Formats: sequence, structure tokens, C-alpha cells
Amino acid sequence: MMPLIAANSLGEFVLESLPVNETVAFTIAALIHVVLILTFFGVAPLVFIWLERKVAGRIQDRLGPTRVGGRFGWLQTLADGVKLIQKEDLCPAEADRMLFRMSPYLVFVASFGAFIVLPFGNGFIVQNLEVGLFFMLALMSLEVLGVVFAGYSSGSKWALFGGIREAAQVVSYEIPMAICALVPIIATGTLNLVEVGYVQSGGFWNWLVFQNPFTFVAFFVYFTVATASVKRAPFDLAEAESELVGGFHTEYSGIRWSYFFMAEYASMFAVSGIAVFLFLGGWYDGLQIVESIDRALGLSSSGWLGQYIVNLIGLAIFITKGCGLVFFQMWVRWSLPRLRIDQVMTTCLKYLLPISCMLFLGATVWPLVIYSSPMSAKQTTLMAPMGNRVYNPKRTAVQPAADKNHSTTQSAPAAVNKEGSGEEA
Amino acid sequence: MTGHQLLFWIFAAVTCGGAIAVVLTQNVVRMAFWLIVSLGASSGLFFLLNADFVGTAQLLVYVGGTLVLMVFGVMLTASGPFSKMQTRPGELFLAGVVAFLLLGLLGSTVCSVDWERVVAATNDGHPVVDRQALNHGYNLPQEGNTGHPLGMAFLGIRPDRDLGVGSKTFSNGYLLPFEIVSVHLLVVLIAAAYLARAKRRVASDD
Repeated sequence: MMPLIAANSLGEFVLESLPVNETVAFTIAALIHVVLILTFFGVAPLVFIWLERKVAGRIQDRLGPTRVGGRFGWLQTLADGVKLIQKEDLCPAEADRMLFRMSPYLVFVASFGAFIVLPFGNGFIVQNLEVGLFFMLALMSLEVLGVVFAGYSSGSKWALFGGIREAAQVVSYEIPMAICALVPIIATGTLNLVEVGYVQSGGFWNWLVFQNPFTFVAFFVYFTVATASVKRAPFDLAEAESELVGGFHTEYSGIRWSYFFMAEYASMFAVSGIAVFLFLGGWYDGLQIVESIDRALGLSSSGWLGQYIVNLIGLAIFITKGCGLVFFQMWVRWSLPRLRIDQVMTTCLKYLLPISCMLFLGATVWPLVIYSSPMSAKQTTLMAPMGNRVYNPKRTAVQPAADKNHSTTQSAPAAVNKEGSGEEA
Repeated sequence: MTGHQLLFWIFAAVTCGGAIAVVLTQNVVRMAFWLIVSLGASSGLFFLLNADFVGTAQLLVYVGGTLVLMVFGVMLTASGPFSKMQTRPGELFLAGVVAFLLLGLLGSTVCSVDWERVVAATNDGHPVVDRQALNHGYNLPQEGNTGHPLGMAFLGIRPDRDLGVGSKTFSNGYLLPFEIVSVHLLVVLIAAAYLARAKRRVASDD
């Protein structure tokens, strides 16, 4: 058996193909993963900030950046970045120096950590945790601490107000966000984002947003709450520039300021990525185009290279969907006016929270209603995850969702075929 | 030293270092920062033990929830720009006594474990692979993936105990404690809402 095929993760692949011991192999694999994600983490904000300026310009009947790097101003963000790096690294005399310097890193690390469990496609994931969604939500809730510390340690009233607002807002909006994320999870029965992706194979009618009426509403509630949780307009009270100068980052400049913005744009993509996996079909295109081509050419059955190409197309589809949602957030930002702080809290606590609780209850009862009707008598087993009880994907994916032995920590070059991993079981 | 052990020592050192820094710092918000470091590293220890659910819960509950509330409270109630914590010698003495008692308790617990038997039972540090469990669709212990078994146990089903070959027992999981904790949380929530409610003034009283 070829070692290249039997590997289950990048670490195992390195271990079997290079003459190194376990520790070195897994260190190499970790470094490769970190470099890949860091590249995405750096490039995505670069593109998004350019897009933001372009979208803002178009919505306000301007052109946006036009000069740097050709006709469309492609290199505008890069020029901005070079300018920011050159600026002096200031720390106000009133500030708590240690916290002031640490908080951008805290935000950065929290936002970056969320990408560890975000699948970028079938098999493109750093660590395939079974509690992937839970882990992402937990890490993204750490981001608020960095913002609060930044606001507190600046020694400025503007920043302190921004920090307090951010804390109040995020603490309230986290609750409906987690509840809304649970609504599609009830339908799939797993917190593993890769398995949630597999469940939605086939056409767009299999996407979880169309699973039942409750998930359909939950998508819109989730997206509203997610926009608020990454402090985007109309919920950007923490940095409301018309009233608080710059909000929590009033005193920051240069590279530390740009860390906050890299983290903000990256977490915009992260919450959009969660939305794509929970509601919009993950890496599937929804019209079965890729699947038909795959079947016609026999790509994924022809070995790891064909499978890899299919996965790569899935990666492109996922990133396109995620960027589409990010574009939507920008569209909202430049169209709607900012809410007042009491309106923000009212929206969350009086409307979004009860709505999400009702959605959660409804989604819990829905399978019972469906299954007590005589039309659908399906067998279930104790061992099967809840997903098999309430949902049958029309077409089994290449790696079935229930088969957890094979679907853990699969990585890009080591596309597994069944014979290789079947041997060890 | 394997990479696993190296990671353990790093996380353990950061946990202890953060905890000591919490005690030695005077500034309340800096204390919260060091607490983040300490609790985050201890969740890393849970991940090293392949307890991914517990590690994540540690991050979400303690770091993301409790600490944010603490910092929020400090920011709202602080009178000066950076509130310091002044401890009196009496408080220091009392806290030291409690801390050393706890240390003694933990130390005696660790020392009373028969480590040789544990090492023998776990196949010299490597968990024993239960082939039969694997054939029944369970994961290797070192793969983590504790979410489903934990959820089942909270619902009162223990497939890991009851469905093994030759097993005739029926264990009841943790349904009762789970329900008690849920009801308890509900009571706390209602009480908090009652305490925080807007106090209406009755006009006829004045």
C-alpha cells in the first residue's frame, strides 16, 4: 500500500513520507497549516478593505480608489498597509502600557484561532474537531476581551465609552447568536462543521436554510446578530466616529491599529463562513454542477488527484459564498444609518432574543411533528447520530458523514481512498 | 522528551505563571488579563488530554463569559482611572492559610494515586486501543471527539458501557444531575431578572 494514500492527516502524511520522528512531523504539519491560514488571514482583509472602499464609493455615487496599481486601485490597501507600518508606535502617557500593547494581539489571536476549525472545503481543515462550531463561537467570544482591554487601558474617555458599549453589546448579542447557530445544528445532530457540510450535498433544496421554516428564519436572525457581533454598522457603536471620535481605538495608530482591522475583516469572513456552513450548503454549488461533472469524468473515483481537484473547486465555491456574505455586510453598512445604543440593546433583548428562543423551540419540536405523521416511517438506531434520524442526504458524499473514523483531520494532499484507510480498521 | 510532553510543560508553566501573576498584580484589570492567560493555558491542557469539549467549554464559560463580565463590572464601578487592589496583612494571612490548605489537599490526593498501576493500565502512557469498541463505531481514545458520548450521557444513555459485548448492565447516565443544574440555572436567571428589574415607584405611597 502506498504511504501517500493511507495518510489521514497532513501530520501522518509527513510522518510517512519523510524520514523524521513523530514530533518533527507534526511540527512541520502545524507550521504548514499556520502559514496557509496566516496567508489567508493577511490576504483576505487586504481584498476586503479594497472592496469596502469600492462598495462605499459606488453606493455614495463616487468612484472609490482609482489610481494605486492601475485603473481599479487594486493596490490601495497595500499602500495603506505600508503607510501604517511606517507610522510611529505611540502609547499615550495616561495609558496602562502593558495592556495597551497586549490588547491588539489578544484580538488578533482570538480572530485567528477561529480559523483553526473552519473548513475551507472538503478536506481543507486544520483540525477537524467534533465540537468545531462550539470551538469557533468560544474563540470568537474572546475577541471582545481585547476590545474591552483596549478601551480601558487607553486612559481616554472616548475609548472607555467605546469599550463599555462593546462589552454590553457583545455580551447581549452572543446569546441569540449561539441559539440561532443551534437551530440548524438540531437538524443535523452534529457540531462538526465538516459533517454539517456533508449533510447538505446535492441541490440547493438540501441546504439547511430550506430544511424547515425555523432554519429559514434563523438564517436571517443569525446574519443580523453576526453583523452585530463583529461590530459592523448599523451596530458599530463601539467605534461610532460621529460621537466617540474613534471609539475603543481612538488612541491607537500604526501597526497596532491595523491589527484591530485585520481581525475585524477576518472575523467578518469567519462569521460568514459559519453562516455558509450552517445554512448555505458549505462547499456544494447547489445546482449539482460540480457533482455532475465529477460523475461524468469520474474524477473523485480516479484517485487522489481527481479528488483533490474536486475539493479545490469546492474550496473556491466556499470562499465565493463567504465573500458574497461579506459583500452583503458592506452593502448594509453603507445603506443603513447607525442605531442608538438603547435601540441596539432593545433590538437584541426585546426582539432578537425571544425570536431566537422561539425558533429554537420550534426546531426542536419540528422533527417530532414530521415523524409522528404516518407518511414518514423511518428506521433509526441508537448508535446513529441524530442526523441520521431526522435527515437523509439525497446522495451520499464521498466520505459518509456518520463514518467518523475516516473523516477526522483529513488534509489537502492526502486525499484518502477507501482501501488505504480501510486497512487499519 | 516527546512533543506531547513539551507542549504539556509549556501549557503547565503558562498556567502556573499566569496564576502567580494574578496574585502578585495590584491592578484589577491586569489581574483579569493574567487570569485569561492562566485559564486559556489550562484549556490547552484539556485539549492535550483530547478532551476537546471540556477545553472548549473552559474557553467559552470562564474566559469568554465570566471574565468579560468581571472586566465589565470593574469598568462600570471603578472610581479612578485604574483601580488598584489594596490588601491588608490580615487578609493576606487568611488567604495564605486557605491557599496552603488547598495545596495540601491537592498534594495528598495526587500522592495517594497508585501511579504505577495507572501507567501499567494505560500501556506505558499510550491508551490501550479497544478493537471491539472500534468495530462498534467508536473513535480511538486519542482522537478526542467527546461531543457525542457526552451528549448521550447527559440524556441518560451510556452506549459506551451498555452496548459492549457481554454487557448486561444498564447505567443511567447523568440525566438527573443535568436536569437539576438546568432548573437551578433557570431559578438563578429569574432571580437575576427580579433583582435587576426597573423599580417602579408607587405614587400613592408618597
